[in-house]
Amino acid sequence: MPRAFTPKVITANALIEGDVIYFTKDDTWTRDLACAEYLTDEAHAQVRLLEASQQVDLVVGAYLADAAEGENGPEPTHFREEFRRTGPSNYFHGKQAETQQQDGQAA
Amino acid sequence: MYHYNDFDKAFLAERNRQFRAQVERRIAGNLTEDEFKPLRLMNGLYLQLHAYMLRVAIPYGTLSSAQMDTLALLAEKWDKGYGHFTTRQNIQYNWPKLTNVPDMLDALGEVGMHAIQTSGNTIRNVTADHFAGAAADELEDPRPVAELIRQWSTDHPEFQFMGRKFKIAVSAGDQDRAVLKAHDLAVRIVQNGKGEIGYQIIVGGGLGRTPMIGKVLNDFLPREDLLPYIESTVSVWNQIGRRDNKYKARIKITVHETGLEEFRAKVEERYATVRPTFSGVDQDLFEDIKAHFAPPAFRNAPTVEFDSAYDANPLFRSWVDTNLTTHRAPGYAIVTVSIKKHGETPGDATADQMRALAEIARQYGHDELRISHEQNVILPHVHKSDLPAVYAALREADLHTANIGLVSDIIACPGMDYCALATARSIPVAQQIATRFDELKLEHDIGHLQIKISGCINACGHHHVGHIGILGLDRAGVENYQITLGGDATWDAEIGQRAGPGFAYDEIVPAIERLVKGYLELREGPEETFLQAYRRLGLAPFKAHLYPETQANAA
Repeated sequence: MPRAFTPKVITANALIEGDVIYFTKDDTWTRDLACAEYLTDEAHAQVRLLEASQQVDLVVGAYLADAAEGENGPEPTHFREEFRRTGPSNYFHGKQAETQQQDGQAA
Repeated sequence: MYHYNDFDKAFLAERNRQFRAQVERRIAGNLTEDEFKPLRLMNGLYLQLHAYMLRVAIPYGTLSSAQMDTLALLAEKWDKGYGHFTTRQNIQYNWPKLTNVPDMLDALGEVGMHAIQTSGNTIRNVTADHFAGAAADELEDPRPVAELIRQWSTDHPEFQFMGRKFKIAVSAGDQDRAVLKAHDLAVRIVQNGKGEIGYQIIVGGGLGRTPMIGKVLNDFLPREDLLPYIESTVSVWNQIGRRDNKYKARIKITVHETGLEEFRAKVEERYATVRPTFSGVDQDLFEDIKAHFAPPAFRNAPTVEFDSAYDANPLFRSWVDTNLTTHRAPGYAIVTVSIKKHGETPGDATADQMRALAEIARQYGHDELRISHEQNVILPHVHKSDLPAVYAALREADLHTANIGLVSDIIACPGMDYCALATARSIPVAQQIATRFDELKLEHDIGHLQIKISGCINACGHHHVGHIGILGLDRAGVENYQITLGGDATWDAEIGQRAGPGFAYDEIVPAIERLVKGYLELREGPEETFLQAYRRLGLAPFKAHLYPETQANAA
């Protein structure tokens, strides 16, 4: 029996910066997982992945990643995706640092 | 050390020009990612978890001060101010932007460095004994052979699209410091009964999913036969090696499935065709290369400053006793600079530290540095009278940790903090183990103990040959760490034995602490190392310390 579909988001790496990005409802890319399109239907998810993968001049290696619905939007369910949306644990680099910078700018 | 000639410079400039154009075509949309990926990999550019990663080759681990300065420049200008020295004598930059990589490669080209064949299914960076040219126990400097192999393998038309990667190591020491038996092919420089120097060829070693210890393919090759023999060996594997399954594509599987005898016969058969195509030009080249590796002008000077500092300063004394190795020249020492400060990332050096190391080498070390597969930096030729000054300069740069060969001198791959292939983190496990044993103030008492950590089955962290190996896995969506015991990376190479069920992320450090404290109880005396005690007693008593609850339940 095929495994039941679990909710997903589409994620990839940006072509130039190489950092982690997520596909949104309006066919753009965001660096914030919470703003990603949350996909609950398998057929729709496959169509969206095709559409995302066509943006070859912007992204590399788009794939469907498991996600769960959180308070502020999609959340990772596996630790690999948790690290991807945070950054490495040995230095305060990557997304964790950039988010703080953005927060700082907004404040 | 080897200096690029006009041909080398022109070759590299052309190659960098090509790659710059490939990057431009990818960005313009004229190359798809599928087309671009093999091209970028062949130039050392990976796409990892959080960013691109550029892996720069440090051939046989040798660097000049000017080259180290350039590595610092790359870290500062195009990365986040640091670089990561790897178990294959490379350096990795974790945060470059695609658009900056051609400039990084051009900067490297200025000092005769590159990232060619640091990835892809090619012959990779040739590694060697990090004490080459300095060790008291070696037959000759192995680096001319390594350089000859580097030149022969770079852009070799037959070996650019193989079934899998191919790793070569060279050593001439009495002791094996280059893990020869874990390489696809290894060249051990030996002497026969007639006093002639030649090569023993070891083949089919490798760690990863199916760890295997290399076997002797040829016991003694005359000098002039080396390249044709290696070419024949790689050629046979390239033809008959499996391409249906990437996990069975390495030469270790080919040798295992074909059988050593039959594989050797195939190599001999191929050799009959290949040998006549070598006209001897490679031997002329070898003579030229050898001249580049002439030993520095060692000086004859008293060592009074060293002796008085050794007597007066206990911190200096501890560092000397732990981080120095006997040099072949009287009055000299080999200094291993630990890139394993307790709590820091194994193998990571900041741009400032790299510059400090370059300056120390310039002033006191005949302008030479080495990177070891153990992720430390070596100053191969330091006169003992300069050691107090070297130590003071290292202290300034926070590079004076006295822990070489001890429990906190841990090899760790980047793991899931960076690597797209990883199944679990390794760096924080290494940081926590080192911090814990530093708190316990036990490591000098524990003595020689190698812990090696990999964040996935591919074993970049050499866990199979660690006295204690740690392998991080993903078990049902949670990080889990398996322990192996009794591995050995020397001539007596051995694959460690799995100790039992794995440990969760928050259990692994206490488990290692129980294990090491158990060893202290089990050993016959301070002179019996962990590995010796393990060999004498076997797995069972160590297991009792690792899994006390199981033992209690069984009782």
